[in-house]
Amino acid sequence: MTAGTRPLAIGAALPRVDGPEKVTGSARYAYEQPPPGHPYGEPVYVHPLQADIARGRVDAIDTERANAVEGVLAVLTHRSAARLADTGDRELAVLQSDRVAFRGQFIGAVLADTPETARHAAALVSVDYAQEPHDTELLADHPGLYAPEHVNPSFETDTDEGDVDKAMAAAMVKVDRTYTTPMEHNNPMEPHTTVAVWHTSDDEAPDDEASAGSVAGASPEAPVRLTLYASTQGAHSVRKTLAPMFGLVPDQLRVVSPHVGGGFGSKGMPHAHDVLAALCARAVPGRIVKLAVTRQQMFSLTGHRTPTIQRVRLGADVAGRLDAVAHEVVERTSTVKEFAEQTACGTRMMYAAPHRRTTHRLAALDVPVPSWMRAPGEAPGIFALEVAMDELAEAAGLDPIELRVRNDPSADPETGKPWSGRHLVRCLAEGARHFGWQHRNPAPGARREGDELVGLGVAASTYPYYAPQGSRARVRYDGEGHWNVAIGAADIGTGSRTVLTQIAADALECPAASVTVELGDTRLPMATVAGGSAGTAAWGATVVAAAHAFRAAHGERPQPGAEAHGGAEAHPDTKRFAVHSFGAQFAEVRVDADTGEIRVPRLLGVFSVGRIINPVTARSQFIGGMTMGLSMALHEHSVLDHRTGHVVNHDFAGYHIATHADALGIEAHWLDEDDPHTNPMGARGIGEIGIVGCPAAIVNAVHNATGLRVRDLPITPDKLLH
Amino acid sequence: MDARITLHVDGDERPLTLDTRVTLLDALRDRLSVTAPKKGCDHGQCGACTVLLDGRRTLSCLTFAVAQDGAEVVTAAGLASYDGEPHPVQRAFLENDALQCGYCTPGQICSAIGMLAEAASGHPSHATPELADAGGRDGPGGGPGAPGGPDGARRTTAPVVLDDAEIRERMSGNLCRCGAYVNILAALRDHGATGVTA
Repeated sequence: MTAGTRPLAIGAALPRVDGPEKVTGSARYAYEQPPPGHPYGEPVYVHPLQADIARGRVDAIDTERANAVEGVLAVLTHRSAARLADTGDRELAVLQSDRVAFRGQFIGAVLADTPETARHAAALVSVDYAQEPHDTELLADHPGLYAPEHVNPSFETDTDEGDVDKAMAAAMVKVDRTYTTPMEHNNPMEPHTTVAVWHTSDDEAPDDEASAGSVAGASPEAPVRLTLYASTQGAHSVRKTLAPMFGLVPDQLRVVSPHVGGGFGSKGMPHAHDVLAALCARAVPGRIVKLAVTRQQMFSLTGHRTPTIQRVRLGADVAGRLDAVAHEVVERTSTVKEFAEQTACGTRMMYAAPHRRTTHRLAALDVPVPSWMRAPGEAPGIFALEVAMDELAEAAGLDPIELRVRNDPSADPETGKPWSGRHLVRCLAEGARHFGWQHRNPAPGARREGDELVGLGVAASTYPYYAPQGSRARVRYDGEGHWNVAIGAADIGTGSRTVLTQIAADALECPAASVTVELGDTRLPMATVAGGSAGTAAWGATVVAAAHAFRAAHGERPQPGAEAHGGAEAHPDTKRFAVHSFGAQFAEVRVDADTGEIRVPRLLGVFSVGRIINPVTARSQFIGGMTMGLSMALHEHSVLDHRTGHVVNHDFAGYHIATHADALGIEAHWLDEDDPHTNPMGARGIGEIGIVGCPAAIVNAVHNATGLRVRDLPITPDKLLH
Repeated sequence: MDARITLHVDGDERPLTLDTRVTLLDALRDRLSVTAPKKGCDHGQCGACTVLLDGRRTLSCLTFAVAQDGAEVVTAAGLASYDGEPHPVQRAFLENDALQCGYCTPGQICSAIGMLAEAASGHPSHATPELADAGGRDGPGGGPGAPGGPDGARRTTAPVVLDDAEIRERMSGNLCRCGAYVNILAALRDHGATGVTA
């Protein structure tokens, strides 16, 4: 990757390569698959049946009236659905028993020749339940709290150094507060959708060279290959999870997802609808079956962020130097599958202190299965820590930036390893300059303009570097200067198709315009999931390795059709260094003194994330994350009715996300850097850090504006009108 | 119950027989394979399904296809010029990276084109100053020729100047979870200023 005479593609403002398809609406998402010309005839539409109790058993399910509707092809229930080969994952063991473990769980499905008929017939199914008492309410002292074996993905549940209680008792300046974040839903704009077809032996998927042999000898009644067009962040991970459940070897299951309408974690793993679609398709072999989860159904079925109750204790000397840091988290999981959000993990590395403790306790309740939502762990956890730091600054009489500077550790407090590059202080300093921090009046509630109370706030941000191993890529020379790079990765809107084009261009020493990147298909080489802000690092390094393998095999003058595969090794430095990204988030808020209405005219972030591959798509990732942070701060709250176990505000009328009118000035900057301890690109990852710290900056600004400290998200006006 | 209707979609005459329960959005996507309009909520809450219906921006999930017999429907797929050049608003979206996942984008673009036309023909919005001064709160339904405010001074036919507040307000029916609003504003700011409409 040397410059030579050709300008480097990495770092260039290459326009999003799939932009033209997206602005004309020709990019095909899952529901719009397969493209016209497929051999499967008219599709079959699925409308799922959902439990309307939160716990118990399906006693009787009467499908007679539904079956009698013209156009209905089948009604699946736990009695009629095919048996799965593996029911170990109870979120995915769909229609395998009569148990109901949360409200909204799938208890059946209607298949019909039109969506209208399927929906109508679904309303005609009557269900009797044997209902049992349920419990959906997370309490700080819930009697069922337990310590999970580890927290997501594989961090220690608890850490304890020194004696926090003793240090807190002795601290000159201290904060001991509880912060809460609510249940939140990812809500990507594209609802989760799976289109499924079981192939019979006389029904061949076009250009299917890979698995044609596997149907030899099979009878038309025994389809042995399945194709899923799925909205997923990882086609290969869907295949890996689902193939054994259907008794298939990986080659018998193809997953296709060239375009994905956002995910933010909820499409990071297969969910129950993927299984239900495949079960429904099993009932009508050779036909395409379409299952689009509705927006309302997404609130029960496609993951959410757990609510959290977080006690943070900070103890410091009079100069603000931390002596004790404790972060104790209570959160929720489901009874069918454990997800333990790593909420306090960011606190382990953010600031040093001799006495430190973090804990995570879960209550397994009768609720839908929580999972990843943008920056799981850091988004809620750094919110609590960074509001607590603001409270400590106030208690110590220090500027909040100065407090963070005084506590900036020279090595990772958790592991003792040197930082690959911790530039938080620089981010804070540059941010302060861009934002005009010097104009902040430290006295809360002191700045009033007309009816508005104006305040400024700051918070730190961080996100760890992940680079999951195991991805492979293929590089092929197509002749006449054209290159094809194939990797079974995903572009969920992040711009990965674009940045991999740039990375490949530099690795092959050719212009970006001569590279075509193919993604989103298990027929392409295995790639890890789009998650953990790791796509560019993991897949980019893989593409570089494949390009180098190509040059090693075929030299500088390859024949058209020449190809090579490659995979990257982990960078050895990632074991020796603590590798994390950092950022500084600033917010200006204006609070109506009479109504409590909060507006955020300015958000500004400065990020240290290693090398920026593409300033255009990177900026979009940062401002997008900050916009979601604004949304988390002011709007998002899934209201669970504990009498029914039902999210009552289960649509966009009730579950508010930031709209255009909410997003005012949002500015992102970054440090010009290159992390030599990560990967050939020197990049760390940018997809999640924008949301982290943003809600804390807004809470801190609201305090500066009003003198009121809101410790429970979201900051709705009622919380300012006591 | 089935009905026979004809839609004119992106310049093509598309006769079809359909169940009267089918929404315009589902008619386009499921019956005609016109998949540029997207389904994000099916409740008129997200704007992803926005098309231009007889020239006005419309949530296609909130209208039955049978009620639109004979209508002219333009989707994001039908905006390019005859020689294939993208519409200026599409080009502005590309130039400003006003999209990420792309799922809300066709609706945003149709909505923006409808919005620019509304402003050019004087439709007020919640953010229109004259409206605020007059104490009126009619919203975008007011339209040309709608009665003026109590003082009779409200103008509803002169083009509305699209400042940032106007654009944000008028585009708030189109949700974008990726958070591209800042870039969408930048894309439309150019067009508001230069008066480009459809």
